[in-house]
Amino acid sequence: MNNKKTFSIGGIHPDKHKISSHIAISDAGLPAEVFIPVKQHIGSPAKILVQKGDKVKVGTLIADADGIISADVHSSVSGEVTKIEDIQSETGYLEQVITIRVEGDEFEPGIDRSPDIVSEISQNAEEIIEIIRGAGIVGMGGAGFPTPVKTTVPEDKKAEILIINGIECEPYLTADDRLMVEKAEQIVIGAKIINKALGIQNAVIAIDENKPQAVEIIRQITKRYVGVNVQVCKTKYPQGGERQLIQALTGKEVPAGKHPIDIGCIVQNVGTVFAVYEAVMKHKPLFERIVTVSGDDILNPSNFRVRIGTPASFLINKAGLKENSVGKVIFGGPMMGRAIVNMDAPVTKTTSGILVLPESEAYKPDETSCIRCGKCVAACPVGLQPYAIARSIRENDLNEAKRLSARECIECGSCAYTCPARIPLLDFCKLAKYEFKKRK
Amino acid sequence: MLKISTAPHINSPVTTQSIMRDVIIALCPAILVALLFFGVGALKVIVTSVAACVLFEYLICRYLLKTNNTTTDYSAIITGILLAFNLPSNMPVWMILIGAFVAIGITKMAFGGLGKNIFNPALAGRVFLFISFPVQMTSWPKPQFLNFFNGDVETAATTLGILKHLGKGETPQLPDYWQMFVGNIGGCLGEVSAVALLLGLFYMLYRRIITWHIPFYYISTVFIITGIFWLITNDIRIEPVTQLLSGGLLLGAFFMATDYTTSPMTKKGQIIFAVGCGILTVIIRKYSAYPEGVSFAILIMNAFVPLIDRYTSQKIYGKGDK
Repeated sequence: MNNKKTFSIGGIHPDKHKISSHIAISDAGLPAEVFIPVKQHIGSPAKILVQKGDKVKVGTLIADADGIISADVHSSVSGEVTKIEDIQSETGYLEQVITIRVEGDEFEPGIDRSPDIVSEISQNAEEIIEIIRGAGIVGMGGAGFPTPVKTTVPEDKKAEILIINGIECEPYLTADDRLMVEKAEQIVIGAKIINKALGIQNAVIAIDENKPQAVEIIRQITKRYVGVNVQVCKTKYPQGGERQLIQALTGKEVPAGKHPIDIGCIVQNVGTVFAVYEAVMKHKPLFERIVTVSGDDILNPSNFRVRIGTPASFLINKAGLKENSVGKVIFGGPMMGRAIVNMDAPVTKTTSGILVLPESEAYKPDETSCIRCGKCVAACPVGLQPYAIARSIRENDLNEAKRLSARECIECGSCAYTCPARIPLLDFCKLAKYEFKKRK
Repeated sequence: MLKISTAPHINSPVTTQSIMRDVIIALCPAILVALLFFGVGALKVIVTSVAACVLFEYLICRYLLKTNNTTTDYSAIITGILLAFNLPSNMPVWMILIGAFVAIGITKMAFGGLGKNIFNPALAGRVFLFISFPVQMTSWPKPQFLNFFNGDVETAATTLGILKHLGKGETPQLPDYWQMFVGNIGGCLGEVSAVALLLGLFYMLYRRIITWHIPFYYISTVFIITGIFWLITNDIRIEPVTQLLSGGLLLGAFFMATDYTTSPMTKKGQIIFAVGCGILTVIIRKYSAYPEGVSFAILIMNAFVPLIDRYTSQKIYGKGDK
């Protein structure tokens, strides 16, 4: 009944490798220690409220949002704060991290752990936004932008449509897919909650056509809820990019330098929407998330429910390795994810997957000459000319990079993926943006 | 120790080498037709040209530039085949060597090698030979199907040659469309058989090596312009189907104008480039002293590619039309 939609400029079709899509979500269990960074979001780091030796429970507020663009951080385990120090987080930078030694599994009172689904939304818009803020929810698709800011419509703007992003276009990742299959009703209610916060009755859950099970289940449930609909999208990377998804669904483009809300759109990841449901209906702050652990050398590719701060090594051991040849560990998907330096790097609110690549695939291939094939130009979902941006940066010609609109790059990596000469085109685009920022 | 690197962490299976390999595969039907019609003469020309192109590139890399050997990307093989395709089958070996040197040494490597040349190497080699040795370059052995040792004695004019020297009111002795389609006509090695070239084109399209834009717009432009002339003047010399099937148009439109390095990057640019090639081809064929215009047309348009690239950016997301 629905026509499948997609964005109109560029895009690529990498191999999907969704090897864990039929694996039900399971509990990862509790590690001996968790490492909880105080900055898991875009904005200023949260201010630490605990000291070494303090006892905390699951859901205890341990760091307080510092300003509007920041987010609360809660303990994901019960136990004792053993260290507060700077360690190399998944970003590769030193970040302030609270280490908690796990003792038992005691929850803060008030958190509703029953499986019952609550669908009656009794709170008003302001109350909802306040609960979201208090639960420390940020964009869980990867960006980590504080959700309360995104759900507050500025006075001079008007929200028209809430887009729930269930695309998950990165290869290997299946966390959102599984969440939609297993927590469909909660996600639909979450959409209604955000609708209410925005003062609209128009939410569309966008799902990629390669997730037929999720489409079917969510479609059944949306029949019972007014104002929430499903839109199937064609499989194409980077369909899950905020701007690409908006264009696919509404036909409108977010003007350069503006935000989605400027054209009436709000995009939220399904994981975020589920977290909103849990916060508002079950009084549960954001202390756990679904993480796909995958890779061709992983024995049991899995979708784990993981406490924030769990070290990557714990999850990789849990899923098991076929051979002991870990070459590279990536947080996120293979297209945009980050290679971590340290096997103990903790899962954060934005970690959607942990991907293990064998030694043989860990190296970047050697770069050869650009043959001007134009594949990068055809692949770029923004319509940029990555080869020309790379050339301008090599020649240190920032004005040329500016003329080529390098600033609009969304860093999806389609250009570098598609380049037959293996030129790290994305690195040049990122470098251009970095140089622009430095010059300001 | 964990390896770290920047995203993306995976790459498309398509590499420069795999692309070049696919182009070579796409050229195979035309090679086969050349061998069937022109026998050992064709074999001699193709082998000499390919060997010379690869050798020149290897020697230049090794002794002149002292860099990595780039012949492993197979692009020199393609240049060799395409140069051979633009020569008659009785071309003397030493002339082929000169052509290969101009193609690889001057047109490609002097500009910095693969991806940096402005002009299509094979075409530049051909045009150099064409201007230097016009007699040898315009005496085409008559195609003799499966007669491998025909000795290159009998020569035949090309269709376009016949038309060029046609007096007013004369009726030409032209091969019929079917002969032109299979390739039983006089001409350079690779240009005679439309069907073999089409097979190669379909393979390249299927493998997504090229898009349809340049071949389509190039050929349509020639077809439409000659068609209009033909309808107005009823002049057999410009009859569009013959124009399409004769000379190097299909070879040029499928394999030379689509050369990545010497064609524009954006779709819009490619269309401008292809239409330009088409217009120039018709002008040269109709008004110049030469019967054939494809090589010159493509080389001239090659020179415009940097300019076209500069002024044909795509529409950028969120920025409105440019």
